[in-house]
Amino acid sequence: MNWINILIQGGLLGGFYALFAIGLSMSFGIMRLVNIAHGDLIVLAAYVALLVTEGTGIDPFLSLVIVVPVMFVLGYALQRGILNMTLSGGLLPPLLVTFGISIIIQNGLLQAFGAYDHRLQVGAIETASLHLGENLSVGVFPLLVFAIAVLGIASLQLLFYRTRLGRAFRAVSDDADTAELMGIDNRKLYAVALGVAMIFVALAGVLFGIRTIFAPLSGPIRLILAFEAVIIGGLGSMWGTLLGGVILGLAQAVGAAIDPNWQILAGHLAFLAILIVRPSGLFPRTRD
Amino acid sequence: MTLLQTNNLSAFYGDFQALFGINVTVAQGETVAIIGANGAGKTTFLRSVAGALDTAPEMVVFDGEPIGHKTAHEIVRLGIAMVPEGRRLFPSLSVEENLLLGTHSERAGPWNLKRVYELFPRLHELRQLPAPSLSGGQQQMTAVGRALMSNPRLLLCDELSLGLAPVVIRDIYECLDAITGEGTTVVLVEQDINRALDASARFYCFQEGRLALSAPTKDFDRNALTAAYFGL
Repeated sequence: MNWINILIQGGLLGGFYALFAIGLSMSFGIMRLVNIAHGDLIVLAAYVALLVTEGTGIDPFLSLVIVVPVMFVLGYALQRGILNMTLSGGLLPPLLVTFGISIIIQNGLLQAFGAYDHRLQVGAIETASLHLGENLSVGVFPLLVFAIAVLGIASLQLLFYRTRLGRAFRAVSDDADTAELMGIDNRKLYAVALGVAMIFVALAGVLFGIRTIFAPLSGPIRLILAFEAVIIGGLGSMWGTLLGGVILGLAQAVGAAIDPNWQILAGHLAFLAILIVRPSGLFPRTRD
Repeated sequence: MTLLQTNNLSAFYGDFQALFGINVTVAQGETVAIIGANGAGKTTFLRSVAGALDTAPEMVVFDGEPIGHKTAHEIVRLGIAMVPEGRRLFPSLSVEENLLLGTHSERAGPWNLKRVYELFPRLHELRQLPAPSLSGGQQQMTAVGRALMSNPRLLLCDELSLGLAPVVIRDIYECLDAITGEGTTVVLVEQDINRALDASARFYCFQEGRLALSAPTKDFDRNALTAAYFGL
């Protein structure tokens, strides 16, 4: 492994972390919802994909046709039915409620699927790689994930800055009370926002399930990685979130190259270092 | 024809009562001023009418329909728009995007982007800029334009003059004529008494959450107003 290789692997891993983080970044940016169940929802999406692939025999990529709408509806219903009730009382109620949802998802999955590891199989693409040079090769799947993350963020930017819905999202993020006075039904808009966030949760869940094994309790570590990517990038900034993911991935890759035991720790240390230097992240956008 | 009527309107912030049995009537096409000192309940009154504060259904009646229980976004759709105190533009949106936000009430009518730019030509030049980069007066124009974009039957203006230079205030109040010319009914809340009285046909004076005085603005007794304003 030469250093160029390490940096490329780390950077591509960052696309993966960014994908974990997009939904979290969105729900915090728009409705100041700190969603503790975010990691578990990613795992839940992977299990939904597992059910679909096992039930119908279709490819995990193709299962997105079902997983994405299922997660959208789940997000919409979750916000409309439960989370909207927590939003008027400050930061603590949504924290507690999503923490509870996290526990319910974990134990529900344990009950339904057992504590076994599962994986989504897509065949040859998992191990395929492109040889770019003598000692340089890039995995096709990590490349694909990175491309999906970039495309995902680009389409979210288009949504935010080019559409009526996006304008409403930004207005509500700025000043929810005034947006309501302008005729926006905040509660409905929040439900749509969590639905859109869950599209990315669905993507993250399926790609996560293809990349590595997952189990009912795999969620919390995804949550921490997603949080770190969001905070490094700065709250509310989608491209910042991508950069946050890349920094996390690079730090992990460099750490792992020095000593494999250091991989995870190196990521957290990079996170702490950036928090010390720039407490509000690299490109903070969200106003409080 | 009565457009807006409040019946014994009381409003609370938690346990604190801010309005005590306010009865206000506004006829279609009329411009009415609400004046009073700081803390008299003027803003609370507007917020109650606009649905930002919950009241009993019958306390606010708009065009014959009780609306006191409705939420703010439902009330805009019925045709009551608010220019909030301090303008409250959306800082991360451009001027034009702020104006377009007014269309979320989905009401048809005479006002659209073109008409608002005709009313405030300066905004057309500034339309791509972020709202916070504008001067106070330009921001106030944007806030008025944003409210107009919802094609209101009743326009609630909270402290249009707040923090603005007199010459700018005059410009903005001159535009009110164009707005009322479309048949829009206007309720003005002001601390600047003279400005409010010049622009309106009738006024209500609030004092500590209660109605202290109401009269036509022509030939009112200045001493009575002073007494009502300060509670002497």
